[in-house]
Amino acid sequence: MSVASVATRASRALPFPAGVGMARHVVGRNVVAFRRAWLLLISGFAEPVLYLFSLGVGIGALVGGVTTDGGTTVSYATFVAPALLAASAMNGAVFDSTYNVFFKLRYQRLYDAMLATPLGPRDVAVGEITWSLMRGALYSSMFLVVALVAGMVHSWWALLALPAAVLIGLAFGAVGMFATTYMSSWQHFDYVTLAIQPMFLFSATFFPLSTYPEALQWVVRVTPLYHGVALERGLMLGEVGWSLLGNAAYLAALGAVGIVGASRRIGQLLLT
Amino acid sequence: MEGVGVVTEGELRILDMDPATDGAAIRARLGVCPQRDILDEDLSVEENLWVYGRFFGLSRSEVHRRADELLQFAQLGERRRDRVEPLSGGMKRRLTIARSLMNNPEVLLLDEPTTGLDPQARHVLWDRLFRLKREGVTLIITTHYMDEAEQLCDRLVVLDHGRIVAEGSPRALIAEHSTREVVELRFDLDDQERHVDAVSGVGERLEVLPDRLLVYVDDGDAALTSLHARGVEPLSSLVRRSTLEDVFLHLTGRTLVD
Repeated sequence: MSVASVATRASRALPFPAGVGMARHVVGRNVVAFRRAWLLLISGFAEPVLYLFSLGVGIGALVGGVTTDGGTTVSYATFVAPALLAASAMNGAVFDSTYNVFFKLRYQRLYDAMLATPLGPRDVAVGEITWSLMRGALYSSMFLVVALVAGMVHSWWALLALPAAVLIGLAFGAVGMFATTYMSSWQHFDYVTLAIQPMFLFSATFFPLSTYPEALQWVVRVTPLYHGVALERGLMLGEVGWSLLGNAAYLAALGAVGIVGASRRIGQLLLT
Repeated sequence: MEGVGVVTEGELRILDMDPATDGAAIRARLGVCPQRDILDEDLSVEENLWVYGRFFGLSRSEVHRRADELLQFAQLGERRRDRVEPLSGGMKRRLTIARSLMNNPEVLLLDEPTTGLDPQARHVLWDRLFRLKREGVTLIITTHYMDEAEQLCDRLVVLDHGRIVAEGSPRALIAEHSTREVVELRFDLDDQERHVDAVSGVGERLEVLPDRLLVYVDDGDAALTSLHARGVEPLSSLVRRSTLEDVFLHLTGRTLVD
């Protein structure tokens, strides 16, 4: 067996990121398409910034200081900014991987054309998720700059807030894409809203976990956005501990499950 | 066939490779032109070609060079910067074919290439496909149009419910499954039944359609003369050569296949 065939066999056995070689052309396709729609960039960036000023600064003026689960007291805007970063990373990834992927899959039939080339289902899944993460990273860095200028960043650890936001995007994007392969009509997207909305409001996003009743705290701890929020808040406020690794591992595992599931399902849907 | 489906029965080898394990290598050498033009509507005409070429791992300069050639080939040079959506059906189909040629395929699969096109667009397309054939590309065409098959194909396979029922060149198929000529006879509608007996026996085969009788013969004029001698006077008669359509309908029947 030649070295090359060993390498291909090994790469087939790995679920990720072996497809990256060809997947970059899927990203390339999206870059070309996006050149004409670059104004959309503003919407992805505006959402968290508007929340930050209305809730963080506006409501924050009424609330005063907040004591975090880590024990430090900070202004409400500083408390809520990391959570908004996490939530917008989630929202962007979910929107991309559900509505956009559904449209490409069922209406534009974009993936049918791709699969008639040497690209495989995994290239398509990895390429689409990568593209979504690239956009997400851009939005997140713009948000971080705004937060920094507004004086809401208090630690050098905040540099890691960007990769953390990408990880959140990966977890939600991969699972969202997996879920999308099971959807057959636009009505099914109501379930997406049903899952996203409560998470957005109650993942220790707008008030510390300690303010929830004991029983609910455990429910909150299970949801993925909670781990995203905890991770971002720890990094941006400099409350760094080993538990952050646990949060990151939770998100990484979710992402891996999503990618493997999504590639399989795209294969089943389009190749049979 | 495109190296993407699953083999349900029998064995499939494409370009001497097994699609189950060498799918990507096979697809790299195939051009696929599906029945529905699934072009990328977010992109312009030329971008469609560039992006698709990149999926085959071609370099940037290579896809630009190839796209320039193919835009000319597909007569789309003037629309290269336009979006795909406003293009006419014929243009979209030519773009789909141009796109499927980006990787210089050895084999081009065309699924009903001219369905839904107006006659002009059809002829332009046939002309392009002829050229490809001359350049040595193997065309595999599925079509319901027998005139198209007759025009483009060297070798034909007639499928009925997924089974091969006949195979050969258009000419050989006509020779084997039909007569040289066909006489079409029209009578008054109520009258037709009465003439069936008188007409039968003249040709090799007689087919009774709701509005006319088809007599399959080798010499149409001779058959007409002998019909006149028998006193058969149709409202109109027409002698024509047998076509692939006759062969196809004979082999697969006239019942609607849905």
